[in-house]
Formats: sequence, structure tokens, C-alpha cells
Amino acid sequence: MFSELLVNAVAAGLLLGGFYAAVSLGLSIAFGLLDVVNIAHPVFVILGAYAAYVMNSRFGWDPVLAGLAFTPVFYLLGMAVYRVYYASFERKGEEALRGLVFFFGVMFIIEVLLLLQYGVDYRLVDAPYIGKSFQLGAVSIAYRLFVPFLGGLALAAAVYLFLGNTYFGRAIQGVSQDSLALRLMGADPIRIKTIAFGIAIATASLAGALLIIIGPVEPSIGREYIGRVFAIAVLGGMGSIGGTFAASLILGVVESLTSTFYGPSWSTAVSFGVLLLVLALRPAGLFGR
Amino acid sequence: MKRTGRFWVRGWTLAAWLAAASLLSGAWAPAARAAEKPIKIGFGMALTGGLAANGKAALLSMQIWADDVNAKGGLLGRKVELVVYDDQTKPAAVPAIYTKLLDVDKVNFVVSGYGTNLIAPAMPIVMERGLVFMGLFGLAVNEKFQYKSYFQIMPSGPSPMTDWSRGFFDIAAKQTPKPTTVALVGADAEFAINAVSGARQNAKKMGLKIVYDKTYPPATVDYTPIVRAIKATNPDVVFVGSYPPDSVGMVQAAHEVGLKPKLFGGGMVGLQYAAFLARLGPKLNGIVNYDFWVPEPTLNFPGIEAFLKKYQAKAAQAGVDPLGHYLPPWSYAYLEVLGQAITATKSTDQKKVADYIRSHEFTTIVGKVKFGSNGEWATSRVLQVQFQGIKDSKIDQFHKPGKRIVVYPEAWKSGNIQYPYSSAK
Repeated sequence: MFSELLVNAVAAGLLLGGFYAAVSLGLSIAFGLLDVVNIAHPVFVILGAYAAYVMNSRFGWDPVLAGLAFTPVFYLLGMAVYRVYYASFERKGEEALRGLVFFFGVMFIIEVLLLLQYGVDYRLVDAPYIGKSFQLGAVSIAYRLFVPFLGGLALAAAVYLFLGNTYFGRAIQGVSQDSLALRLMGADPIRIKTIAFGIAIATASLAGALLIIIGPVEPSIGREYIGRVFAIAVLGGMGSIGGTFAASLILGVVESLTSTFYGPSWSTAVSFGVLLLVLALRPAGLFGR
Repeated sequence: MKRTGRFWVRGWTLAAWLAAASLLSGAWAPAARAAEKPIKIGFGMALTGGLAANGKAALLSMQIWADDVNAKGGLLGRKVELVVYDDQTKPAAVPAIYTKLLDVDKVNFVVSGYGTNLIAPAMPIVMERGLVFMGLFGLAVNEKFQYKSYFQIMPSGPSPMTDWSRGFFDIAAKQTPKPTTVALVGADAEFAINAVSGARQNAKKMGLKIVYDKTYPPATVDYTPIVRAIKATNPDVVFVGSYPPDSVGMVQAAHEVGLKPKLFGGGMVGLQYAAFLARLGPKLNGIVNYDFWVPEPTLNFPGIEAFLKKYQAKAAQAGVDPLGHYLPPWSYAYLEVLGQAITATKSTDQKKVADYIRSHEFTTIVGKVKFGSNGEWATSRVLQVQFQGIKDSKIDQFHKPGKRIVVYPEAWKSGNIQYPYSSAK
């Protein structure tokens, strides 16, 4: 009985972790690589969830498909947001505090727009796999969590391969290390950063679709994720995609184990305890340089 | 001609002066005075933030009440005017709102916003000025204040904490085979903690062995580990005290994990809303949960149908719950009580109105209402409702009787319970 519970708890944690990765990847790029403290990231995820909700309830689209379809829109949105941020704050060297306020503002504006358009009710999506589960030995896996896990995994792999194997990917990594050197080599760091921020926000589209598959969403629910996504980005090692994925899985499993064996109300505290412990031993995070 | 003209001008001036003087001295017909001085009822309401879905629905039904009353000529021949501010679901915003309502807007009466956390912060101001205070869905707010002019419309009963779940455990006690073990689980937030604490007392009184008793944080994403841990303890009864998103998570997880206790439900907020009823559909079958009003024949009070028709016609435009079965009838009723008391005492005097409410029974769209000494309902009317025969996700089925059967209390029962939980289809 105990072993069955343990295996199931670990499996549930891994699934949850995969989803956390999808939500945190964008922040890992923006905060970890570009040094942009985008606390509005979770609200972009909520925006993605609403896009999936609208396409699902109006046109019967699968939420994952809707999430993918909206990726280019979010990419452009992200580029626009970064342009405003750059022109107003970063260029003047005022990004530290005023930039933070800017993203607070962005967060509230998106929330209020969603509120005005769709009201305050919780929204859900329909998909044939929601509510069903399959058995893998002693482990029962709900599709509602399995699909987000796969989504998170695919997203992390895609971002990882992009950053490591393409010109723009390497340029993004370069800009995070030394933007002056990048400029000397003839690349425009602002353009690179704009593209990178666009990609960061683009991941929110799919992450939002995955979120609304797991459970109901309302405009202000994003705030509950702010702490978690920053914790994952830091735990993984700033800007490391593999690290972000690993950190997500670790937090997911720790949460699930605590929840199963000790009491769910401790799960958040234990997760953050793990974060503190890791930072004490490895201040740069798990995969930090 | 000229002279006559001048005389006319003087005559008009005189008439105007006389009219103005009589207006100022108050020697004017009562009807005209009514046009000037409406009876103002002020309140804060959650129009944004966590409770806004319910707050907006409540406001809509309160506006319907005001329209209904004004269509009949108002109260004491004066029009009724509602003065509302958004409390943003923030308790800290409440004191300022009520101070403004009383000192700047000079309202005649104040009533509460929606929910325990937003009622309590208004209490000190209301008590200091000795005002009548109608409460909307506060759980045991007056337990600490002991204020005698507070009246709360949610029918939780004289001892709200335990009355809330008494029915659920009374049902359990009557079943064969009689359940012997119980799992208690709830969100780590005020209402749920109170609900679970009441359930704990009821379970102990019934002699049930508590095999699981835990809370979870409100930001929980995945409920399957919790439900799996509950399943491992193999309880006969599972009592859940949860908020809307968690209720959905719990029901989904219970189905995914295959949780099959004999009795499941209790204090799950959210399973009364149209959006969740529709989406969970057949997954709700067999769950026994609290409710206050459902469209069953035993609860078909005069006026409720007409009210729901008006509400439902406006709900889509207002972007609120299309059914309106949960909160809206009650936010209409708490103003009905106040209005009836003002009419009966022919007064806007706070003490007279409060005394009247304390000592009389009221006929409202939610049935007969009588308050006890602590301002709660004199006898509890928390219903336990079982979801039965839900075959699909269409919202229309919930407009009619037959899907949410009242199984407790005896006086309002509309059908029999299907027991155990797993046998309900």
C-alpha cells in the first residue's frame, strides 16, 4: 500500500513538474537570460488560458492546438511589450525599480481587460481526454495532468534546442553574458533581446492552454503563480533551460510527496525550504554557472 | 397694456417666491418631497477580486429589488436608492467605504457586502453608531461582536459552525450499513477552516473515527495526491470544505483516482454555480453537498419564480451566473426584510427598525425568515442536496427540478438519497 502510494505520489509530482516547467520557461528566459524582472509573466499565462478558452468554447478547438496557434500572436505581443519597456526604462538605465512597476502595471491592465471582457467567473475548457485516466502498472495517470506534462516537456526541449543550436539562440545566450561584446561583433543586442522576450511571452500561450486543461481559471489567478515561477527560475539556475526543467520536476515531486504523506498545507513551505537549502549550498542554483 | 404687463410680471415673481418659500418650509405635498429625498441604502460589494462573481450577481438582484419596490411607489412614499462602492474583496477597504457612506453620502441604512471577511470589518463602525445591519452570507460573524442589531440572511442557523454540516452527518447516521470512519479535508482559509471544524465536532458526536484530517493551501494546483492519500485511509465518509476552484479539482481528482466512499461532499462551495454544474455534469452524481435553495417543489416560495425570471433575463448582459440559484435570492431577501421592517414601523429610525426585525417573522422569496437572539436564523435551514440523474453537461437541466434533490432536512425533503455514493448514477 505504502509503495503504491509512493509511486503514485512521485508520478503525480513529475506530471505537475512538467506543467510548472511550461509556466516557468518564459520567465527563465526573461529573468534569467535578459535580466528583465517580468512579474507579469503569470498573467500572460492567464491570457493564454483565455485564448484557449475562447477558441475552445466558440469554435470547439482543442486547447493545446489553440495554445500553439496563438504562439505567434503572443510572440508579437512580447516584442511590443519589450520595445515599450526598453524605450521607457531600460535605455535610461531605470529598469530596476521603475521597470518592476511597469510590469506590475502590465499585470493589472491585462487582468482588468480580461475582467471587463469575460467577467469574474471561473472558466473551463472541454476536451475528450479531460476527466479520463490510464493505468501504467500500479500508477494511474490522469490525462488532465499527462497532457500538460507532455506539453511542458516538448516546450522545454524546443527552447533548449533553439537556444543551443540556432544563430539567434546562441545570440540570446550571448546577450545575457556580454551585450557589449555582442555589439562589437556586429549584432544588435536590443533586437536580440526583443526576439528573446517575444519567445518568452510566446511560451505563455501554450502554458496557459495547459493551465486551463488542469483546472478552472479566472483573471486574477495568475498571482498565485508569481512566487512559484520565480522560485523555479532561481532554483534551476538563472537562464538555464535544463535547470528550469529539473527544478520544476523537483518542486512538483516535493510538493506531491509532502501533500501525500505529511499534509498538503505544508507542501508550499517544504518546496520553498528546498529552494533555500539549494541556494545555501549552491548560490547560483542547480545548473547555474 | 403696459401696466397690466408689469402687474403680471410682479404676480409671477410673487408666485415664484411663495413656491420657493413653501418648498423650504416643507409645506409641500408629500409626493413632491419624495421626489427629492429618496431612502438611501448603502453598502460595499465585491465587484472585483476573488468574490466578485458572487458580488456582481448579488448587486444585480439588489437592483432588481430596488426596481420592484420603486415600481410600487417606494418605501414610505419615498423612492429607494442604492449607493454602492466596490470593496475589491479587500477587508481593509471596508471601513473607509462605510464611513464615506454614512458621513458623505448620508445614507439612511447600510447593509453588508458579500461574505464573512467583508462583513466583519464593517461591524465596529455600525456598532458605534447603533445602526441596523443586515448581513449577507457571513459565517458566525456575530459570535465575537454579539451585536443585537445584526441580522444575517444565510440560513446557517443559531450555531453556524456546527449547523452547517449537521445535516450531512445526520444523513450518514441514518444509513445502513452505518458508516464508521470519516476523512475531513478543507482549504486553509477562514470559511473552510470553520466548516471543517464544525464537521469535526459533528463527526465526534456521531462517534465516527476520524482517519484523515488535513488542510491544503488555497493555491494548490493538483489535488490527486490529496485524494489518493484520503483513499489510502479507506474512509466511509469524506467531508470536503472547499472553495470553487478546489471543489472542481477535488471532484475531478476523486474520479481519476477512483475514490469511492459511502458518502462524499458536505461543504463544497462552487457546486452551486451554473458554470461548474455544466462542466462537471455527470461527475456530480451521488455527491451530497450543502445548498440554500434549489428549484425543487418543496422550496417553491411565492415570488421566487418571478424574481429568477427577471434575474436570468439580465444575467447574461451583466456577465454573472446564468442560473442565479445560490446567492441572488438571498441578496434580494435581505433587502426585503429591511424594506418590510421600514414599512411596518413607518420609520427610518434604526432602533425601531431593528426591534421590529428582531421580533417578527418575514415572508420573503426564500420563504419565512425569523431571526434568533444572535442575529442568525432562529432555526437552521442548511439543505443537503444530492446530485442525481445528471446525464450530460447541458445547463438547461438545472433550471428544472429533479437534478438536485433535497435529502435534508425532513421538512424540505424532495426525494430519497441514493446510498452509497458509488451506487448513484
